[in-house]
Amino acid sequence: MSEETTQSVKIRKEPLVHIIKRAEIAVWKAILIRIIAVILALVVCGIIIVALTGYNPLEVYIGLADGALGTTRRTWATIKDTCTLLLVGLALVPAFKMRFWNIGAEGQMLMGGCASAAIMIYLGDKVPTPVLIILMLLSSLAAGIIWGVIPAIFKANWNTNETLFTLMMNYVAVQLVNFAVTFWEGRAGSNVVGTINPETKAGWLSEIFGKSSYGWHLIIVLIVTLLIFVYMRYTKHGYEIAVVGESQNTAKYAGINVKKVIIRTMALSGAIAALAGFLAVAGADHTIKSDTAGGRGFTAIVVAWLAKLDPFTMILMSFLLVFLSNGSVQIATQFNLNDNMSDVITGIILFFILGCEFFANYKVQFRKRGVKA
Amino acid sequence: MIISLIQRSITMALIMLFGADGEILTEKSGNLNLGVPGIMYMGGIGGLMGSFLYENYAAEPVGIVALLIALFSSLLCSGLAALLYSFLTITLRANQNVTGLALTTFGVGFGNFFGGSFSKLAGGVGQISVQTTAGAFKASIPGLKDIPVLGQLFFDRGWMFYLGIGITVVLVYFLKNTRKGLALRAIGENPATADAAGINVIRYKYIATVVGGMISGLGGLYFVMDYSSGTWSNNSFGEFGWLSVALVIFAMWKPLNVMWGSLVFGALSILYLYVKGLNTHTTQIFNMLPYFITIVVLVITSLRKRKEQQPPASLGLPYFREDR
Repeated sequence: MSEETTQSVKIRKEPLVHIIKRAEIAVWKAILIRIIAVILALVVCGIIIVALTGYNPLEVYIGLADGALGTTRRTWATIKDTCTLLLVGLALVPAFKMRFWNIGAEGQMLMGGCASAAIMIYLGDKVPTPVLIILMLLSSLAAGIIWGVIPAIFKANWNTNETLFTLMMNYVAVQLVNFAVTFWEGRAGSNVVGTINPETKAGWLSEIFGKSSYGWHLIIVLIVTLLIFVYMRYTKHGYEIAVVGESQNTAKYAGINVKKVIIRTMALSGAIAALAGFLAVAGADHTIKSDTAGGRGFTAIVVAWLAKLDPFTMILMSFLLVFLSNGSVQIATQFNLNDNMSDVITGIILFFILGCEFFANYKVQFRKRGVKA
Repeated sequence: MIISLIQRSITMALIMLFGADGEILTEKSGNLNLGVPGIMYMGGIGGLMGSFLYENYAAEPVGIVALLIALFSSLLCSGLAALLYSFLTITLRANQNVTGLALTTFGVGFGNFFGGSFSKLAGGVGQISVQTTAGAFKASIPGLKDIPVLGQLFFDRGWMFYLGIGITVVLVYFLKNTRKGLALRAIGENPATADAAGINVIRYKYIATVVGGMISGLGGLYFVMDYSSGTWSNNSFGEFGWLSVALVIFAMWKPLNVMWGSLVFGALSILYLYVKGLNTHTTQIFNMLPYFITIVVLVITSLRKRKEQQPPASLGLPYFREDR
């Protein structure tokens, strides 16, 4: 023991680098750091693609843009996917601001979609379309609220770990949808629901903006973006969420009912995620399956976090990620690759953006030679 | 029937045993790594690619060499993935949840991409498949297998069965009875205090996370080599990754509990094959059980607030010395 003590007392060399937390950073610098990160990520992806396939990387990137925006149909698909991802991201904003790790948006979205599909199937030919759509919307929201509030109640009352709780709720939701699918399957034994109401199109969102029903996505998501921005910044609720997120004790001292805020905020979070599920079922897929959410609940976490919960930055982040993944599907077919390449590219870009946050928040200073601190 | 149920449960359990053991080691250092599914994919595909290259280029592939190459390349892949996570969360101070989820996206994509096209990229045709290596992985110890009942239950399996049990035993001993294990647990509870006591927090976190990732990756290797006999099918074991994360909670952060906990989860995941009167509907409800039970355990532990059953206190929280 005594030997150890003497060893640890020996004078350490001063470290080579100092890390200093930045008090503030100029906006142009913050943006520049992120742009550099994305460019670096694209270069790394380019190198990997060339190493694997030997194709000209420029051609690959042109293929990427072509795949995401090349035709009207592709552009609409990109808009739709961006909107859906953004909407799920928006659902997370209030929860994350409250430091409530809602990893369960995937399940909340899925439950929303499942409720929509249920109404669509059981009431499709019984009530007129506007009523049907409203019923679908309401049942979606209710399902999402239930799925969001359950972990919130336990967190508020018994401080149950919400990260793990909401994570598990996702898979309960997946199995519930699988359970529902066995009742609704199109052909017996096919295990697939198939398009719901293909002839009557009951419960389908109508087409606006020319030929696409994706216009609804655009309208609804833009409204929600604005609402969330206003809600978080200018309302009493938004302020309470921010205080609870900073310190629950401060919030209690200030007379805020912390439990109520937690539960209310998660109800909102679940409802918005479920709205995304409603849009996916009523406005895009017209069916339900266990991957209707398709991992968006997880990607949205990254979107919300990396945009620092700012709704307008989130638009850009969602577009970037959707652009890449839709584009890579095109590359995959064009260059005869496997379309899981998109996940690899998305992952690499996320790593770079995650890493670059450090340089936006901290200054790295190298020790000057010969100068003693 | 009971024998075959237990036998198959153990097979499923082993996949999660590796995953959960690795994640416990990681979480004891205070890092909540949600990249387990990704890391398991990396471990699985790493081993598969290594042995595929060897089997293709060696004139007469030898089982034991193929096995070692697969093991090495699997550990390399999952270790690198965990190192990336460590670098981002420990050195660059990125958020753990977000980094973990990004790693899952990346790792699953990486596995599916190479699983689907590696054989083509390497200039071959058809699907990736490694018979010799899988054979070496599945070879059981000759004598033991013939013991009635017991042999059927436990010993009719490849060497990774023993590895899994070995790792768990070592992990129990390490965490409970060694100075380094104590230091690691101290870091998970309160890194600032551990730092003040002269423990190198950064180094411990790095090593625990990387080694933990390697152990988790073995779950993927076991699935690919033993369970699927050296072939790849897309998106086939991601759920075992999440179940491993669930199992850590279920076992209340104790490797010894993982042993029987993984058996429970393994049994639950295949029980629907054995329960009479189940139809296509109720099967799905049965598949929900592991997750549902995990939630129940999570709730109960938070209700009881027993000290020895809580997650490491600093789990998921970043540690920056300068921020104190």
